[in-house]
Amino acid sequence: MNKKLSRNQTFMLITIPVLALFFCFNTLPLIKGLIYSFTNFKGFGSYDWVGLRNYADLFTDGRVGKSYLFTFKFAIVATILTNVIALLLALGLNGKIRAKSALRGVYFVPRILGGLVVGYIFGYIFTYILPAITGGSSMLSDTNTAWLAIVIVAAWQSIAQTTLIYISGLQTVPEDVYEAGAIDGATGWKSFKELTFPLIIPFFSINMVLSMKDFLMVFDQIMALTKGGPAQSTESISYLIYNNGMGGGQFGFQSANAVIFFIVIVAISVAQLNFTGKKEEQL
Amino acid sequence: MKQKNKVAATTNWPLTILLILGCLTVIFPLYMAIVIAFKKPSEMTNDIAGALSLPKSWSLENFAEAMRVTDFWHSLGYSVMITVITVVLAILLHSLAGYAIGRSMAKSKFYKFSYLYIVSGMFVPFAILMMPLVKQTAQMGVDNWVGVILCYLVFYMPMNVMLYTGYLKNIPIALEEAAFVDGATTWSTYWKVIFPIMSPMHATVAVLTALGTWNDVMTPLVIMSGTGANTLPLAQLTFQTQFGTNYNLAFASYLLALLPILIFYLVCQKQIINGVVNGAVK
Repeated sequence: MNKKLSRNQTFMLITIPVLALFFCFNTLPLIKGLIYSFTNFKGFGSYDWVGLRNYADLFTDGRVGKSYLFTFKFAIVATILTNVIALLLALGLNGKIRAKSALRGVYFVPRILGGLVVGYIFGYIFTYILPAITGGSSMLSDTNTAWLAIVIVAAWQSIAQTTLIYISGLQTVPEDVYEAGAIDGATGWKSFKELTFPLIIPFFSINMVLSMKDFLMVFDQIMALTKGGPAQSTESISYLIYNNGMGGGQFGFQSANAVIFFIVIVAISVAQLNFTGKKEEQL
Repeated sequence: MKQKNKVAATTNWPLTILLILGCLTVIFPLYMAIVIAFKKPSEMTNDIAGALSLPKSWSLENFAEAMRVTDFWHSLGYSVMITVITVVLAILLHSLAGYAIGRSMAKSKFYKFSYLYIVSGMFVPFAILMMPLVKQTAQMGVDNWVGVILCYLVFYMPMNVMLYTGYLKNIPIALEEAAFVDGATTWSTYWKVIFPIMSPMHATVAVLTALGTWNDVMTPLVIMSGTGANTLPLAQLTFQTQFGTNYNLAFASYLLALLPILIFYLVCQKQIINGVVNGAVK
């Protein structure tokens, strides 16, 4: 009995400080952010309560609306692009090829590099190399194409990990599934659609959730490539909160923006998990 | 059937060649960074050849200059210090928390709640914590590398605790009971029996936490910005204006910033790939 008690006490002595630390640097700032969102705090000096005005203003603020449109357009296109290319790449890298592990090693490199420096390197490609080839102007200076440049850089980095996850999914499919399928006439695209893909749906779900979440929070690439420009066409929600909240005197207003952003992230994550959960159940 | 196996065993050369060519998409940006970093500004003519041809001489001048301009050794020191301390503390603290919570959550509502409370932190975007954390770390006097480490320990806690509790489910409790019979305490049993058994998970946690903290810009940007100290990625941002249009200098600096992690990857490529995949799939 004595021993059992001390086991529980040990667990308590571990858990309480960990919870306190977590509260202090996660829940407490979250609550503070919520409180600031009801004020007109500029980041310094005194401030007043403004009730729900920040939230009302959010929905009429053109710049905030634009940042949501950009962030979602970017995240959806980048998620689709990343997953399509990664799946094709994974099928290739899982095929009957030579130098398999060396190739996998090379394709994984973008995952380990920092987003900011990668952004700077691609910035040079977009500004000098590509225009020299195409004869046009830089993708980054045109409001219609700048967002695509961000998609390319973000996908370039994200494909590495997504591919590896698909490969580990493909490796769970036993070889005799294909052999049995081939006897029934399922080869090529048909074999992929009816045999391979259903078997790797759990990995597809993981990748969709992970890439969508990462892309919605895009920051480094924007910091390096466009700083939100041209004409605020590539201002992501995170970048807007950072830029106007920290330096633009909109601490209170951007706190409200951050609260809405938090709710949106939770809603999307829950919806995605529910949706993919149902898909998996059907199988 | 025999025929088919024979076909399956041969190499698909067109696919192999296609995949090798595809590697260019990864190698090209790095190749470009390397050749530009070794060139003199006078070698950079306005056409593509000026940027992409091999340098006339492989001089390390740009690298020496970049090290001086960006205060490289100090930034490297901060990056290494922050990453190493975060990883060590994450392994010790998060595995302990995962153990205490994982072993108790089936029986106790308090631990079940603690688990859900910590794991739900995964959904909290940094954007909402950022501004209050800046104020808070300043008030606490940790608006420096210490505060950055404390933040990381909390940001990576949801994922790491989830990974550790998940892994613990496969470790039979009988192993601990044997130690209890010999009179060992829970604390010493943990360090002697459980902690070593969890080493595969320590590797995963170390890789994910290290990659995240090493490459992170946002946290040090908002918390350490007033201190004059930089991490390696932050230094690239801070000194961006000083590079001006001297791309040779800038690329030398970028390469220096990428080099440590690339070397690390060459040495433990297998562990890094496994870590990243395990972290996502489990």
